[in-house]
Amino acid sequence: MTNTILRIQNVSKIYGDTEVLKDISLEVNEGDTVVLIGPSGTGKSTLLRCINLLSSSDSGQIWLDDQEITAAGVNHDHVRQHIGMVFQDFLLFNHLTALDNVMVGPVKVLGMSKEEAHKKAMWELERVGLVDRAGHYPGQLSGGQKQRVAIARALAMDPRIMLFDEPTSALDPELIGEVLEVMEKLSREGMTMVVVTHEMGFAREVADRIVFMEKGVVVEEGPPEDLFYRPKFERTREFLWKITELYGKHDQDGEQDAASVED
Amino acid sequence: MGEWLQFFFKYLPVLLEGTLITLKLTAVGLGLGIAVGLPAAVARVYGGKWIGGIASAYIGLFRGTPALVQLFIIYFGLPDAGLTLSRMTAAYIALGLNSGAYQAEYFRGAIQAIGSGQMKAARAIGMTRLQAVRYIILPQALRLVIPAWSNKPISLLKTSAIAFLISVPDLMTEAKFVASKTYNPIASYFAVAVVYLVLAFIVNWLMGLLESKTAIPGLKLGSTRT
Amino acid sequence: MALWDIFVYILTGVGITVAVTLVALPMGLVLGVLFSLVRIYGGKVFSCLAGVYSTVMRGLPPIVLLFILYFIIAGSINLSPFWAGSLSLGIISSAYQMEIFRGAVLSVGGGQEMAARALGMSRIQTIQNIILPQALRLAIPPWSNEAATVVKDSSLVYAIGVAEVLRRAQFVGARTFKPLMAFTIAAMIYFGLVFLVSHALAILERKTRIPAF
Repeated sequence: MTNTILRIQNVSKIYGDTEVLKDISLEVNEGDTVVLIGPSGTGKSTLLRCINLLSSSDSGQIWLDDQEITAAGVNHDHVRQHIGMVFQDFLLFNHLTALDNVMVGPVKVLGMSKEEAHKKAMWELERVGLVDRAGHYPGQLSGGQKQRVAIARALAMDPRIMLFDEPTSALDPELIGEVLEVMEKLSREGMTMVVVTHEMGFAREVADRIVFMEKGVVVEEGPPEDLFYRPKFERTREFLWKITELYGKHDQDGEQDAASVED
Repeated sequence: MGEWLQFFFKYLPVLLEGTLITLKLTAVGLGLGIAVGLPAAVARVYGGKWIGGIASAYIGLFRGTPALVQLFIIYFGLPDAGLTLSRMTAAYIALGLNSGAYQAEYFRGAIQAIGSGQMKAARAIGMTRLQAVRYIILPQALRLVIPAWSNKPISLLKTSAIAFLISVPDLMTEAKFVASKTYNPIASYFAVAVVYLVLAFIVNWLMGLLESKTAIPGLKLGSTRT
Repeated sequence: MALWDIFVYILTGVGITVAVTLVALPMGLVLGVLFSLVRIYGGKVFSCLAGVYSTVMRGLPPIVLLFILYFIIAGSINLSPFWAGSLSLGIISSAYQMEIFRGAVLSVGGGQEMAARALGMSRIQTIQNIILPQALRLAIPPWSNEAATVVKDSSLVYAIGVAEVLRRAQFVGARTFKPLMAFTIAAMIYFGLVFLVSHALAILERKTRIPAF
């Protein structure tokens, strides 16, 4: 018996006169890792923002566990406490050390004591492998380390679900691995996750379900094997082909360069 | 309100005379300020130890002390040293020297923003230092400085009000005169406040115009209150 | 009267000059921070009102407000010129400080706010724990400039007869027929005060700097 943590029903969102989200419905079960893929500008990030109420949806409902969080009168701050969010550009608090970045939520929002929060924060930093950087300020960390601290910051709130908004897009290529590793570990530990990413390797290896979105609609969803090898729609096939072609071309170019040097 | 309007129009001619003096103080002060501030800035950047040091001392002293004290030294103090000036002249000089020190810092910022490469390039084609400053550095620096500099006229307009304390017949002095005639100081100072605001608005608008005409897209220097 | 006596006589005014500054500057700080938050987060009406306040106060010569307040206060409640002067300088300064803090808050950026809200912080908690600690640090250098301006502007209360440095200099200068010396001493005292304030704030800035930011 699986437990549905997040249920999105017929959600739409309009900016000006463009409908960025059209009638989106989606369910995420406890322990699942759902990866959202699709061309940029198709509303994936907007969907994440609607889920944690940083953006308001124009119609439709969203449930977190048994609570309809889009209902009137719901305290948004309370809802967000249970939803962890990791941003593309990290957004660590510049004036706080790594440790304080992780502690500030439990202390200020949950009212945890300093000692308890300190223990909790150190444990979360351990989880992302950064205990030795606890006293560093954001400006003293690499991009990959910043993002891992940001993950620890979200984890420290003991969220029901974690949302990742292109967590590796702002990173230098050599730093992407360490972040994906942490995310993969979380997924294995049974954290419920919704991830927007262009990292197809991660999607294939880690996702329980992949959702392909285009122009504000969910085109197709299913387990990675189905989506990658037996897509139902031409649009899905085309997107996957383009994105692998892009990375493939890149690799080939590298090989050709190497070859021409040898000549 | 009607009473206040009536008051305002009755004393409009007097206030206009004061306004004229205030504008004169501002304009002359500004001009003098440029005349002193620009060489001071050039001296500070390119002047070497002695001339640069003198320029620095001038800028530091006039920025580090109240304009009112400077005015008093010039008007009340200098006669002690054998130099007696009329009220108007003393006010012009005090405002000019004070504004010049602040303006010099803006000019200096702009000159330094142009960078030493331009100077080297000018020297490389055989210009003297002075020629390089005159023909290469300043034409660029002056355009660059306008957005930051453009708050100076308003700043000086407000500073000029201190001239009233040596009885220069500016807006504030006229306000005092009106106050003593009508026994209504609040209304008269309030009227003067309105005039200052209107003047500030007009100057601001003019500066906006100047700025948009001369702006170099994407280039801006910081500005603070002075 | 010897030079030393003149100096000591003028120097006794420093207490009042400092007192005027210590009323005006903190008052401007509290109002300035408050108004800057109203300007940014206050919604259309309040934000607009704060904007008008800023424009008006920054368009007035301090001495005009000083006289208006002086006569209003003298006419209604029985407050001393000291308070009339200090309050008006505080009001003027609050408008400038408001702009300083507004600029600082805006340059902290929306991302920091979004991250804090995503953690479940309320708007107030976000401002208190995330925005202000960063904005206040960013504001120190321009604020140092403003503090120096208030020290210098404190000389304006001379005009309503408060016995601060300049007023005492004027008095002793007239009595000893040495106005040049008296006003020069006053200038030196102001210069020293401005130097102290700037220096202290430069130290504060260094001490509170966020590493590698």
